[in-house]
Amino acid sequence: MAEDQPLLRVADFSKSFGGVQALSRVSFDVHEGDVFGIIGPNGSGKTTLVNCITSFVKRDSGSISFKGQELKRGMPPHKVADLGIARTFQITRPYYTLPAYKNLVIPLLSPRARRTGGWRGGGKHGDRDTVGLDILEEIGFERDSFIPYKLASALPTGYLKRLELARCLAIRPELVICDEIFSGLSGSEIATMTPLIEKLQMEGVTLIMIEHRLRELFRVANRVMVLNFGEKLIEGTAEEVMADEKVKEAYFGSDQEVMDYA
Amino acid sequence: MRRDDQYRLERLDRGIKIRTGGIYAISSWREMSYLMVPRLVLILGLLALPILMPSAYWQRVISMVCIYALLAIGFDLLAHFVGLVSLGGAFFIGVGGYLAGILSSYKGVPMVLTIPIATLGGAIICTLLLVPCLPLRGVYFAIATLMYPLILTRFIEALNIFGGTDGIVGVSGFPSQWIEQYLIITLVIMVLFSIRRLVNTDYGLVMRGVKDNDQAVRASGISITQVKAVAVFITSLMGCFGGAYLAHIYMWSGLSQFALDFSIIPIAATVIGGGGTLVGPILGAFILVPINELLRELGTLRIVFYCVILVIFIMFKSEGLMVYAERKYHQFQQWKKV
Repeated sequence: MAEDQPLLRVADFSKSFGGVQALSRVSFDVHEGDVFGIIGPNGSGKTTLVNCITSFVKRDSGSISFKGQELKRGMPPHKVADLGIARTFQITRPYYTLPAYKNLVIPLLSPRARRTGGWRGGGKHGDRDTVGLDILEEIGFERDSFIPYKLASALPTGYLKRLELARCLAIRPELVICDEIFSGLSGSEIATMTPLIEKLQMEGVTLIMIEHRLRELFRVANRVMVLNFGEKLIEGTAEEVMADEKVKEAYFGSDQEVMDYA
Repeated sequence: MRRDDQYRLERLDRGIKIRTGGIYAISSWREMSYLMVPRLVLILGLLALPILMPSAYWQRVISMVCIYALLAIGFDLLAHFVGLVSLGGAFFIGVGGYLAGILSSYKGVPMVLTIPIATLGGAIICTLLLVPCLPLRGVYFAIATLMYPLILTRFIEALNIFGGTDGIVGVSGFPSQWIEQYLIITLVIMVLFSIRRLVNTDYGLVMRGVKDNDQAVRASGISITQVKAVAVFITSLMGCFGGAYLAHIYMWSGLSQFALDFSIIPIAATVIGGGGTLVGPILGAFILVPINELLRELGTLRIVFYCVILVIFIMFKSEGLMVYAERKYHQFQQWKKV
């Protein structure tokens, strides 16, 4: 295996829903240890891209390889997750009828967690409740409080976003795709989330982050890709991207465009 | 009801209550009996039923109730813990019944073997046939499972196999009334308590996760089809046992084992008893089936009464008896001056 082989290579991804071209020929590489940001205006295909990578939506064409292994088009989502690609959902999806720590028992029982966890990690013979509480503590649930024991339906948004991330961590992923994990959070909540992301990065987890909160994203991301109408505009560091004319145009519109419509 | 504004209804948990599954009350008789009495009443009550019944006819009714109770527990498990609304009761009963009938009547296999073989084999057949439907959700799964018994009925009728419309006669019967009764009653009790345990194990949590939010289960690297298949297998085990048992008590298996009653009454029993409680469906079956028998004298009019009872329940007590009873048992309420 070559040194410079990317962890995730996406090539020529296309997807259309009826007449809407949600993605057209998007390609990018994510290297190990990256925090890769994906930004773009509403409806630019960011979430569709995540859904296509994780196989929740079948792509029309294009190829994807993870650690050099080709992921086939019809691969079921749980197989993709089993390889170590975890994702959060933009609309938080906890198990509402279960307490927060029991939410983690489900991913801890997955084949991947049982394989990689060992008994301490809640693997085959471990105590999944305890491991669940450990993960929750790591992610910012106060351990000695009642919060980890509360039903997920009773938790506020900030904790639900954390729970989403915790669910990803429970399967010991190599790549975590965060779909707008900061959206709907207050400034102070984001301020406590950012160190978590940095810590994950230090632990060697690669992250893809889809965000609208650009300032917070640029603090952690080392590479950023901009999507607009399903097309990749540019990829580079935060400074390069924000200096680009096309990006400004996509976000704020340009005089030229206004003229065209007039 | 006090409508005075200065009062409000206050609900309090009783002093003794088991809050988590991990803590057991063993410190006092009071606490132990608080937990044990409801369970003992159920177990001893069920075990005493055959003795208390006045006639062989009513003993047979108890057997029927137990078959419906098994189906209703299965329905409750699938609907409230896995999120599959199944109308496949008739399918399970029919497959189990025909298998037992074929084995017993055509092959002459003794009953101690036919029932286990029909239960296990029937469950495997049912699960395999239902696997293509597992990606379906909600009402679509219900419709698909409803089609299976209809298909099999017409299939047997049209091809005139397995005795055609006459059914399979000469199935061996139970040697004694008591064996017949206690076999199914102990099984209902065992199934009830093991399913209650199952849904609280870690694997049970995965099943509940599939109901709550199947996408997150997939994103965790677990195949939801596999989880659903396991749940369907467990349910069809119960259903096929019911079918095999039914074939042996009537010493006959025929097309009426695919009757829609077996699909509909378990749902009604679950609604009346309280979905998601597992014991509720048993209670529901013990209310519905005997009422059905009592009203038999009224002829066709009994369906009217039956439907009225159901509609009233769904409209005014849709939570079900057991949910209501559990709340009353664990909490007391009082009017409090504000």
